[in-house]
Amino acid sequence: MNVVPLWIIPIFPFAGFLINGILGGRLPKWLVTTVALLAPLAACLAVISNTFGFFGVVPVPSFAPRVETCPLPWINVPALHVDFSFVLDQLSLVMLLVVTGVGFLIHVYSVGYMSDDEGYARYFSYLNLFLFFMTVLVLAGNALVMFVGWEGVGLASYLLIGFYFQKKSAADAGKKAFIVNRIGDFGFLIAMFLLVANFGTLTFTEIAAKLGPIGIAPGWTGGVVTVIGLCLLLGAAGKSAQLPLYIWLPDAMEGPTPVSALIHAATMVTAGVYMVARTHVIFDHSPFALGVVATVGAATALFAATIALVQNDIKRVLAYSTISQLGYMFLGCGVAAYSAAIFHLMTHAFFKALLFLAAGSVIHGLGGEQDLRKMGGLWRKLPVTFAVTTVGVLAIAGIYPFAGFFSKDAILYAVFEHGINGKILYSVGLLTALLTAFYMARLWYMAFMGKSRSEEVHAHESPVSMLGPLVILALLSICGGWIGIERFGAFLAPSVGARVAETGGWRFLIPGTQYALSLETVLSIIAVLVALEGWKIADKFYRSKPSRPAQWAAAMPSGYKLLANKYFVDEFYGATVVKPLLGFSNYILGWVAEVGIVGGAAWLIGGVATFAGAILQRWQSGNLRSYAAWLAAGAAAVLLFLLVPWPTVLASLPAIHLGLAGH
Amino acid sequence: MNINFAQEVPLSWYLILSAVLFSLGVVGFLIKRNLITVFMSIELMLNGVNLSFVTFAQQWHAVKGQIFVFFVMMVAAAEAAVGLAIIIAVFRVRATLDVDRIDRMKL
Repeated sequence: MNVVPLWIIPIFPFAGFLINGILGGRLPKWLVTTVALLAPLAACLAVISNTFGFFGVVPVPSFAPRVETCPLPWINVPALHVDFSFVLDQLSLVMLLVVTGVGFLIHVYSVGYMSDDEGYARYFSYLNLFLFFMTVLVLAGNALVMFVGWEGVGLASYLLIGFYFQKKSAADAGKKAFIVNRIGDFGFLIAMFLLVANFGTLTFTEIAAKLGPIGIAPGWTGGVVTVIGLCLLLGAAGKSAQLPLYIWLPDAMEGPTPVSALIHAATMVTAGVYMVARTHVIFDHSPFALGVVATVGAATALFAATIALVQNDIKRVLAYSTISQLGYMFLGCGVAAYSAAIFHLMTHAFFKALLFLAAGSVIHGLGGEQDLRKMGGLWRKLPVTFAVTTVGVLAIAGIYPFAGFFSKDAILYAVFEHGINGKILYSVGLLTALLTAFYMARLWYMAFMGKSRSEEVHAHESPVSMLGPLVILALLSICGGWIGIERFGAFLAPSVGARVAETGGWRFLIPGTQYALSLETVLSIIAVLVALEGWKIADKFYRSKPSRPAQWAAAMPSGYKLLANKYFVDEFYGATVVKPLLGFSNYILGWVAEVGIVGGAAWLIGGVATFAGAILQRWQSGNLRSYAAWLAAGAAAVLLFLLVPWPTVLASLPAIHLGLAGH
Repeated sequence: MNINFAQEVPLSWYLILSAVLFSLGVVGFLIKRNLITVFMSIELMLNGVNLSFVTFAQQWHAVKGQIFVFFVMMVAAAEAAVGLAIIIAVFRVRATLDVDRIDRMKL
């Protein structure tokens, strides 16, 4: 079996980063483009070749994980041995295909989108850097290698959010994302310390082996495992923008739109979900931690969806929608339906990347306009964008047979099956589905339907390099779900375990198929009906009775204000965390430490030097004879020291003393 | 004629003369204000040292001391050439050779 080594995969984007990052400014533009596109393409091809090397001619069951370890150990101390190891199993394979595949499409799109930008080479070098770290994160065979990728994608995210760094809001957003992510990373680090302390290893497979199958080693339930799980969740919540650390993601929309699509919708923000799935053994052993994951996910899904209802910036709507969908994935993880969560991760990557890129196409076509209130009637001017957005909206709303339907259905079914709590979480999920359908339809109506609300803009359709990826992603958003149905869980089972059976309750929707009316069938019918209901409400609000939104807002001014201002969470954090911290920095650190201690020490040293100089400068008179006198005195002193037989003299001193005393 | 000076003139006399010459040099260096006199005082110190060199060379029958004297004389000649050139240059600029008035690097 001739397979490409795993380390090849991250190497290509890294080479692209180096070439464009170091030489980019001097290379001609076509060369920068070539390098930038070849890097993800080569990585993608390497992954695909690995896929087929894996499969051979035999389908799924023969699939065996492959581990590659650097021959030299990375950390080798008595208590801990860490290798730089990559692992390719079902889980990382799916993730890699998404990352490199969607990543490549977004690179292609960026060529058109960023063509007029001054920082063209810089942009692509950052984008390649991101891809490098993301593949490292996904391929990681132990938590430490994952952490390297984890921090690296954080860095790339920071660089790309603050890409327009001359703009203060963009620079601030980059810093905000970085700092909020640090809080999550703190959790990840603590979890790693606890893993080392309790298991003596960071390798995922070894941890799983030490924990053993669920139920067999009851000693490992609860307690320290719960703490590790909660710390990991904190890390995941930071990276994947879950409550209470979601605040950085909406601001991250300051970056270029393809960046929002790649990093802040399709791949990086899903790293938290991936990490939970990767460390699922820990969560499996701690029902409490798992419950917290589910609760956080459901709460985030609903919370972000309600905010998305009233946002007017097209990218902000999508950002809150991303947070909400990530909440869905956490909800799936929280009921141990990891394969369903990863399935939703995959389909979400398709349709959310599509929606963001389509939004980018709209913004590009309108010359930078992002306000939904100033759009309208764009379907005539941007027909292709309109068509693909429609596909994306249908997919995210969960309408059959688009991708989102299958994955959302898989999660909701798994949640419903999950005991009493599951019923509550399910109703939250269903309500979120309703809201999702509503706000996506709202976006669709406001941007593309009705009459244009700003006449002076001459909207134009985007170039082919932007439309091509859009069309491919639209196809994936339609078909992406079909890949996974009934197979996905079985395929991922060796990596993440199979806790929830897939029944294929959606089959009744295919005409002429034999089916039994199962619970999942009922649930999926309910889900589609709910989504259609959400769409119908949006239709009423934004098509047949356009005055209604304003009426509702006027009827509930406090409620509307609460949503429009995103529950004042930013203000709350500002008042409780940022302001005290800034005050502490300004007054305690600024005055006491900076001016008092550091400044005082500097003044002291300077003062001593000045004072000593004032005295010592008298020696430097410039007078030749005084120098000579000092020289002679010094020589005399040296001679005195050398020639006088000091031991004898000193020995004779007491004798003299005694002699005097004797008189 | 076989006269042994070392027996007639004791070693200490040579050394005392050497020390006197050296001390004269030091004192001249310290109290004289004329740059040329100061310069001559340095030569006096060097020659005082030279005298003690040859004295010991004679005493210990070691030729090294005499060779050393040649080195000192050679360096002293070079120093005299450079030193006098500097003195002339200084005089041209300052129009004085009073060391107490030549106390600045800057003009």
